[in-house]
Amino acid sequence: MRAAVVVFPGSNCDRDVEVALRQSTGREPDRIWHGDSKLPDADLIVLPGGFSYGDYLRSGALAAHSPIIREVIARARAGVPVLGICNGFQILVETGLLPGALLRNADLRFVCRDVHLSVENAQTFFTSHYEAGAVVRIPVAHHDGNYFADAATLDELESENRIAFRYCGSDGAATPAANPNGSARNIAGIFNSEKTVLGMMPHPERLADPALGGTDGSALFHGLTAALSG
Amino acid sequence: MKARVHITLKPGVLDPQGKAIRQALGHLGFGGVGDVRQGKVLDLEIEETDPEAARRQIESMCRQLLANTVIEDYAIEIQT
Repeated sequence: MRAAVVVFPGSNCDRDVEVALRQSTGREPDRIWHGDSKLPDADLIVLPGGFSYGDYLRSGALAAHSPIIREVIARARAGVPVLGICNGFQILVETGLLPGALLRNADLRFVCRDVHLSVENAQTFFTSHYEAGAVVRIPVAHHDGNYFADAATLDELESENRIAFRYCGSDGAATPAANPNGSARNIAGIFNSEKTVLGMMPHPERLADPALGGTDGSALFHGLTAALSG
Repeated sequence: MKARVHITLKPGVLDPQGKAIRQALGHLGFGGVGDVRQGKVLDLEIEETDPEAARRQIESMCRQLLANTVIEDYAIEIQT
């Protein structure tokens, strides 16, 4: 699997996701600078976490108009899988590839800790190496992760199985207490309607190696590698 | 010409910053403050001299970049 990681001024999880991809795929991902207008052939495009353009105007808003993003949108529309993590998720909603918006956390605090997530749909490129309904532990680190969409959009996401992960307790219950940022219906990650684009606030690349204290994030990268190789 | 764009959260979109500001006003003794909503103001200097053409241009800027119309409304004030 060839993966391309887009790097913006202010990205800070690009190296981490490259390590996770390298461990799963056995090959070096391509690093693509945001100002480039050409993307190499890639089986997977990753928009990493960070604070692109210092979160000016709105998180992800300026990155969503970077020269490279036109090409990312064209590839996504042609069916190339795109993974947006944290700031990458914020960029994806700003481009319109995913619906909704990410607001300031409801309690106004930057939240940086491990959370539990329930795997809501395990039948996609991204999640096939998780068990349906599994509860996994993945870190979050964000200030603007409060997922918002109108009720009709939320209903549509649910009825089309487009919710990838929800914040939950260790027992899998998606309660208000388990919601770190006020996200509508405890949503932590969503797919586009074709399930080829995933945006998620939690950082699977930060728990993808025993040396990091856990490996619950690895299944995402292993699953992508298995689905998109060869 | 100069223009001012007001960007505000749509009704119904949670504004935790506005809530925190309201609470702080209460701590300062300013009672009787209802809802507080925080927005932003952008002042633009543009070359266009026709007010209607300027408005159309700024509308397009708002839809494409300045506002996120999923959560925000915008209002344009042309200052001649």
